[in-house]
Amino acid sequence: MDSATLIAMTSIITAGLTIALGSIGPALGEGLAVSKALTSLAQQPDAASTITRTLFVGLAMVESVAIYCFVVSMILIFANPFWNHVLTQAAGK
Amino acid sequence: MRLSPDQMIFWQHGFIKLNGTIVFTWALMLALTMGAKLVTGHLSKGLTRSRWQNLLEIVVSGIEKQIEDVGLHQPRRYIGFLGTLFLFVSSASLCTIIPGYEPPTGSLSTTAALALCVFVAVPLFGMKEQGLGGYLKSYIEPTFIMLPFNIISELSRTLALAVRLFGNMMSGAMILSILLTITPFIFPIAMSVLGLLTGMVQAYIFSILAAVYIAAGTRVRKAKPEISTGP
Repeated sequence: MDSATLIAMTSIITAGLTIALGSIGPALGEGLAVSKALTSLAQQPDAASTITRTLFVGLAMVESVAIYCFVVSMILIFANPFWNHVLTQAAGK
Repeated sequence: MRLSPDQMIFWQHGFIKLNGTIVFTWALMLALTMGAKLVTGHLSKGLTRSRWQNLLEIVVSGIEKQIEDVGLHQPRRYIGFLGTLFLFVSSASLCTIIPGYEPPTGSLSTTAALALCVFVAVPLFGMKEQGLGGYLKSYIEPTFIMLPFNIISELSRTLALAVRLFGNMMSGAMILSILLTITPFIFPIAMSVLGLLTGMVQAYIFSILAAVYIAAGTRVRKAKPEISTGP
């Protein structure tokens, strides 16, 4: 295998792994947060606006981890610096 | 596949490019400014008022209430900055219902610029409120050892603000373009409705986080601070 094939293979596999593993944690965390928020909403419907606002802010915080993983996998697939390096070297030959 | 509206080039002369991000940002700015100018040109104080004035009053008082809920007790001071952030990001994502338009917030340069505005605004508001010494002293609270961590948190939350908005907007556009090739008729509509909701939530999150950071920077330390802010 030459280096171009290796780089392509590793980038694709790593991109898949990144988004797969990176979405497990935020998914569990968001589920926990929503279930706790629903419990407290059922107990205290008066505080609904505060709970909902805090829930949304917290969910966005948790979700940003998954978004980072998504951005990294998109970089690996569409804007890979190593792949671009190999391409420019191949063009230079 | 396009990752961002940066790669959508309308006009090029030498190294000067007019890409999608710049064009859509200026179009949005023009629409927002002209709209505000037209509505506020003839405001009425009486009981009869135009429906556009009603709309603007709802928007402004809603934003004001949200800012006050976060813990900034004089929202009029901050509404110029925070309200503009919210209106720009939300209208950038709401306009995606116009065909041919791509949200300028789907480009990392726009979101990085917005996050840098927050990065600069927090110390400015903090110094205005507590004075230079008072603000700088907040970096060594509770002990001197926390100084590097406070600086790192300041930088990392700016990065997080930029990448969060960019990732959400970019992923919305990308999911749409992937779905258009797989199931081209009904399903993309449902996803674009979800994209509108995500855009509004992200606009809300962006401005609320900016408000929380400003509130943390301007809080005059009499007692122990009650709310801790994350990255």
